[in-house]
Amino acid sequence: MVRVLPVELRGAVVRRRGRAILGPVDLTLAGEGLTCVLGPNGAGKTTLLRVMHGIERLSGGTVGYGLPEREALRRQGFVFQAPIVLRRTVAENLAYPLRLAGAGRADAARACADWGGRIGLGAVLDQPAQRLSGGEKQMLALGRALISGPDLLFLDEPCASLDGRATAAIEGLLRAARESRTRIIMATHDLAQARRLADEVIFLRNGQVERHCAAEAFFAAPQSAAEEAFLKGDILQ
Amino acid sequence: MIRMVWAAVAAVFIGVAAQAEEIKLAVTTSFHNSGLSDVLLPQILADTGLEVQLLVVGTGQAIRLGEAGDVDAILVHSRSAEDAFVAAGFGTHRREIMYNDFVLIGPKADAGAVAGAQNAAEALTRIAEAEAVFVSRGDDSGTHKKELALWAAAGKGPESFGAWYRAVGAGMGAALNTAAGMDAYILADRASWLNFANKGNLTLLFAGDPVLFNQYAYLPVNPELHPHVKAEAAEALEAWLTSDTAAGLINGYRIGGETLFTFNAGE
Amino acid sequence: MNDITEGLRAAFWLLVSFDAELWEISLRSLKVSLSAVVIACAIAVPLGTWLAVQRFAFRRTVIAVMNALMGLPPVVVGLMVYILLSRSGPFGVLGLLFTPTAMVIAQVVIITPLIASITHQAMRELWAEYHDLLISLNTSKWQRVRTLMWDGRRALLTAALAGFGRAIGEVGAIMVVGGNIDHATRVLTTAIALETGKGDFALALGLGFVLIGLAVCVSLVTHALSQTERRGRW
Repeated sequence: MVRVLPVELRGAVVRRRGRAILGPVDLTLAGEGLTCVLGPNGAGKTTLLRVMHGIERLSGGTVGYGLPEREALRRQGFVFQAPIVLRRTVAENLAYPLRLAGAGRADAARACADWGGRIGLGAVLDQPAQRLSGGEKQMLALGRALISGPDLLFLDEPCASLDGRATAAIEGLLRAARESRTRIIMATHDLAQARRLADEVIFLRNGQVERHCAAEAFFAAPQSAAEEAFLKGDILQ
Repeated sequence: MIRMVWAAVAAVFIGVAAQAEEIKLAVTTSFHNSGLSDVLLPQILADTGLEVQLLVVGTGQAIRLGEAGDVDAILVHSRSAEDAFVAAGFGTHRREIMYNDFVLIGPKADAGAVAGAQNAAEALTRIAEAEAVFVSRGDDSGTHKKELALWAAAGKGPESFGAWYRAVGAGMGAALNTAAGMDAYILADRASWLNFANKGNLTLLFAGDPVLFNQYAYLPVNPELHPHVKAEAAEALEAWLTSDTAAGLINGYRIGGETLFTFNAGE
Repeated sequence: MNDITEGLRAAFWLLVSFDAELWEISLRSLKVSLSAVVIACAIAVPLGTWLAVQRFAFRRTVIAVMNALMGLPPVVVGLMVYILLSRSGPFGVLGLLFTPTAMVIAQVVIITPLIASITHQAMRELWAEYHDLLISLNTSKWQRVRTLMWDGRRALLTAALAGFGRAIGEVGAIMVVGGNIDHATRVLTTAIALETGKGDFALALGLGFVLIGLAVCVSLVTHALSQTERRGRW
């Protein structure tokens, strides 16, 4: 059992300039595996992830974890849609969360060498991270999120602007992370990717959770016209 | 050569290690620009062991520095301000040291025909009547106060003057630079004028009227008011300034063969 | 034109003859301004970074005041420092007036808002870039400030150099609080003002060229030491 879980949202609402962009959402996230957050653009996928991660201010409602909040936040990782890399070398980027947590130089260096290989950047560890390609930056961001072994990992469309090879590499890392019991929540609008990876699906539309169920059930039996249209690839209003 | 450089480095970073006692003396720009201080200070150091640190400011600021106790003594040339300084208890006394004189400088063309004037008042009257450009220090300095007194003696006041009267609010050198740039008339002390390097089209047009004499006086700051001032050093400096050595150096100081200062202390 | 050639010649001769007085006042200029930059940076860099990271009620007011203080005329700063350090002022007993220390204090007051403002500007951009990541990593305020200061060190170097440039070229304040005393508080700028006053434009210009050369040297040395240009990381 992953200790941070369950993540519980109760009447969670996010409003911007008076307009509700998410919620109210009631949601309990538990269990194991990988959950895909699906839905059309503007459905509130990113906001939902940020709320669950605890970095989005709620206009109403609550978010809670299986641990006290400070402790819970420390056991989570987040990979943003546009990868944020520090203006440092690849190795220093990877080491950053470890150093924040007070790890020694030698331990951090060992972990960097290990993870540098796993994310395919072992040869460029001492290069400035800003010089990496988009795909490499995303791999770096993912490696940096995984290096401290989070219980819970959020990914916001991590493959949105990547080619097939880079996407396959990221999916490989996600499968490995799932094997080592990291609970993963990933927003995507790539249906094929969701079919490949998801154990569970949350379908969002207009800021509301329309469905939260096992992946097989979602893809096999759409329950509403909207879901059916989404699965067929129609444009939803 | 290199040794000199290292000496300079050492002096800056370690501070002057010499045993000389420092004394701060506020003097007027006109005194400093004359170059006389360059002759006097090394001799003072040799004779008395006093390292005189000069604060070169206008008379107004010199008086303020003395009032605040930020210097140990002042050497200025504005009788009324000096008397007020002593009367208010800021200074212990006033000791006359020497005098030089003011001169009227102007363009060689001399549109105001100042060169032929009988006295200072007439010279200024001619400038005013010709409305020739005149640069005034306008900074409440001793020279400025002298200029205002001369205008008053000529029966005129700058407040009634037109655009030809330019009060620049600057020191003697800067005002002379301005006058050189505008081909203007200006009242300057003789020393500053002789030492001034950027004369341009200007020349000395009028001098010699006794009202143009400029008395320098030495005023030690009152130690009863400011206990930290170096009263003994100030006394030693006064003794030196009124000594025969000083008299010889002051009377013997010449620029271009001209005597600048006349020693008149101790009378 | 003639004055400029004369000035260049004067500067050349001052340099090749290792003029002791020139060395003395140049070193004093460096010492005073570098001290001021170090002290000002110690105050301004954390302050500017903190203002970029921290939200609080009067943040905008503080930033506006800081930006306004950048335009403070040095003479006014000099006068205020003079009044404070004067024997008749609140800190008169320290006897700091007309010493290099007083000049350092005045320059610190002048350049701290400048360095803080440039720092804040650069750190605000970096913070916008890093914000989500650093929040997500659950960093403390102090960790954020440190990360920004380290990753933005090149911008901070620029800020420090801007401060140094303003400090070493400044004359109004140090003239008032330093007094331009020969062998005690005379620096390049006050010496230039003095020579200009004497009408010796060639020497004044010569000193001016030395001042420019000094500022350029400091900038080059700083960049070389930090190696930021050579490695060209970003």
